[in-house]
Amino acid sequence: MDLRESPETQTFRAEVAGFVAARLPPDIRAKVLGFLRIERQDYVRWQRILNERGWGAPSWPREQGGTGWNARQRSLFEEECFVAGAPRQMPFGLSMVGPVLQAFGSEHQQKRFLPRILTMEDWWCQGYSEPGAGSDLASLTTRAERQDDVYIVNGQKTWTSFAHWANWIFCLVRTRASGKPQEGISFLLIDMTSPGVRVKPIRTLDEGADVNEVFLDDVAVPMANLVGEENRGWTIAKFLLGHERTTIAGIGTCKRLLVRLKELARSEPKRGRPLIEDPRFRDRIVKVEIDVRAHEWSLMRASSLEQAGKSIGAEASILKIRGSEIQQELSQLLMECAGPYAIPHLPEALNAEFAGETADGHGLNALAAQYLDLRKVSIYGGTNEVQKNLIARALLGSQP
Amino acid sequence: MNFSYSEEQQMLAETVMRWLAAETVVQRGFSPERWGELAELGLLGLNVDEDHGGLGATPVETLIVMQEFGRALFGQPFVSTAVVGAALLGNIGSAAQRDDMLPRIVNGSLRVALATLEPGARFDLADISTTAVRQGQSYVLNGRKAVVLHGDSAHVLIVCARTSGGQRDQDGLTLFLVDATAAGVTVRGSPTLDGQRAAEISLADVQVPLDSVLGEIGSGYVPLEWAVDRGIAALCAEAVGAMEKLMELTAEHLRTRKQFGQPIGRFQALQHRLADMQIAVEQARSMALQAAALIEHPQRNERRKALSAAKAMIGRSGHFVGQQAVQLHGGMGMTAELAVGNYFKRLTCIDMTWGNTDHHVELYGDLL
Ligand SMILES: Cc1cc2nc3c(=O)[nH]c(=O)nc-3n(C[C@H](O)[C@H](O)[C@H](O)COP(=O)(O)OP(=O)(O)OC[C@H]3O[C@@H](n4cnc5c(N)ncnc54)[C@H](O)[C@@H]3O)c2cc1C
Repeated sequence: MDLRESPETQTFRAEVAGFVAARLPPDIRAKVLGFLRIERQDYVRWQRILNERGWGAPSWPREQGGTGWNARQRSLFEEECFVAGAPRQMPFGLSMVGPVLQAFGSEHQQKRFLPRILTMEDWWCQGYSEPGAGSDLASLTTRAERQDDVYIVNGQKTWTSFAHWANWIFCLVRTRASGKPQEGISFLLIDMTSPGVRVKPIRTLDEGADVNEVFLDDVAVPMANLVGEENRGWTIAKFLLGHERTTIAGIGTCKRLLVRLKELARSEPKRGRPLIEDPRFRDRIVKVEIDVRAHEWSLMRASSLEQAGKSIGAEASILKIRGSEIQQELSQLLMECAGPYAIPHLPEALNAEFAGETADGHGLNALAAQYLDLRKVSIYGGTNEVQKNLIARALLGSQP
Repeated sequence: MNFSYSEEQQMLAETVMRWLAAETVVQRGFSPERWGELAELGLLGLNVDEDHGGLGATPVETLIVMQEFGRALFGQPFVSTAVVGAALLGNIGSAAQRDDMLPRIVNGSLRVALATLEPGARFDLADISTTAVRQGQSYVLNGRKAVVLHGDSAHVLIVCARTSGGQRDQDGLTLFLVDATAAGVTVRGSPTLDGQRAAEISLADVQVPLDSVLGEIGSGYVPLEWAVDRGIAALCAEAVGAMEKLMELTAEHLRTRKQFGQPIGRFQALQHRLADMQIAVEQARSMALQAAALIEHPQRNERRKALSAAKAMIGRSGHFVGQQAVQLHGGMGMTAELAVGNYFKRLTCIDMTWGNTDHHVELYGDLL
């Protein structure tokens, strides 16, 4: 064991920070740091800037246009980008369908789709969850039936993030009704412009509409859009879950929220002094900062295991749980910074174009919405309860 | 002590419940119809004495009504007008002020709002830089008031202004009754997170006559704090009602939502979570009752400790119960369509009204 950080790490960090400072468009930065709504085009613009620099796909191998970085570099990169106010890189192409295609896709599929993920010419979304299949994903019922050289797909997906911006969706569909549920699932790529695909927004607590219902009615999908073998989609789904498990730690968001919290606690007054000098609030900030430190080192340990080619299981679940809890605690503290100004709320002021005046007039309007919105992080990507089941199973075996 | 409702109290609860059951959509903003109905039911007179047409009820009746309001997410300016406003006027209003205003509160034609907190003052009732300066037969008010709950549907604002003393002194504060349409008063209303209303109010050389002083010059703090405590007691009861409803919704979801071929309520992890939520609700309920019991305690410190304790506890349990109700609903919990989110928002706002948990822990600590 050698707990010293290598000198290259510092150089790397500085290089990333310098690039982001120089190239991140200020309007995007303002939206991100102000917790305002980020538009489709903002994500695309930033992705293209990164891609030009060769950093479009931090987790992909070099030969596919990726960076070839190790796990530690990737999390440093994430942290620097997030703290500086860069929008996240959309995971649906880069961390989900991309790696799936690299591992299971045909050469044709790889050639066709991978480059367009880097440039975001395609916007992908993830069609896993259904009204009846959330935590119990294997019970999904959207079915694909072969008819000549196409699949005819019928069913409904739900909670599909950014489906309203996407032109492609990767879906888990049922291709065989008999046998174990896991053994009749296939992984299918569906062009969202196909007839029969309908997207309906779901309004969320924070008045946002990032998630959608996706209805699939007699959608014809070419056989060539099947990834891997028919009825082997569950293996792919598991691979996808296992891939890059360290990214679910949300370290970038944790760090960004922490920085924002300390800034805000310095600028918001209490009894004529900065709020951060209030011992009660200060202690709460310190406690969460300690949590962030522990989380960061847990992430480094997991990354080094990953780098050594060892698989991480329960560790990933621990990262997911802690990362989401820390983000939620930070968002609550941020909201509490606003004091009574947490109460007035103009949803329209979350759009950067908003020209009116919010109650507080200086950017507190978004904090309560952020608190509400971040409740999602303990729900999506496998709920925290399901993650705890996995940790317990790893400790006890499947039949204690 | 007797913790069960009397026959009349039972009737009161049922009347309010039946009335609100007819409500299908959550009202956004002020509703004149609802307000008229409140008056018809006599509820606006709960905290007004019988001499002025009210019911002169005890704090328990307010608690009962507020619990029902909490269950139904009733968002009308009842607390501002019929609890805090009515109590304050009844307590320190002059005979003329009481005769003029209290009957109008009871019959629904007058709404008041408490304009105390200021930008940058957080929850501190004494951190006041709004000034009131005597000029002949009037006072001239200047300053800004922050997050005045229901400030844009009120006819009269109860403004706390400094007539002497330094910025954060409790001494030297005076309460004024200010016509919301008076020259120099600007009311900028906005929606709140929980679908209610609040306003930013600025006072620019607002002239008010001498008889608009409420209570004594320079001694506004003590009655203000007393009245806000009444409001806090009401909010605590409301929060208990909201949490009760969240428990019912969540339990129902656990019974009916199936995953892995069984109702998710079969999973012991979720059973224990539900139990933890119920534990929090029961502690909150005890504290809401304690608040109602001690709100009229003659010793200020005893009253203050009970009210801060209740508010601190309710803030904590409100966040916990709200968050977990969302969590146990899974993705559904995140939708605007489900009532769960609306209760969560209301509980969040209740914590941020008149002092969150931290604030009341601090106030309690000062009295240890
Ligand atoms: C904002 C947001 C974005 C999302 N984006 C996407 C997306 O892009 N694509 C996609 O496919 N999906 C997406 N999802 C869906 C998400 O993956 C599911 O919400 C999640 O898997 C939970 O499923 P569910 O909502 O059906 O809840 P349920 O599975 O019904 O769970 C309800 C509750 O029961 C608990 N529970 C369930 N099973 C167990 C068990 N065995 N033991 C203990 N507790 C249990 C859960 O933890 C939860 O608290 C998104 C969700 C949200 C909220």
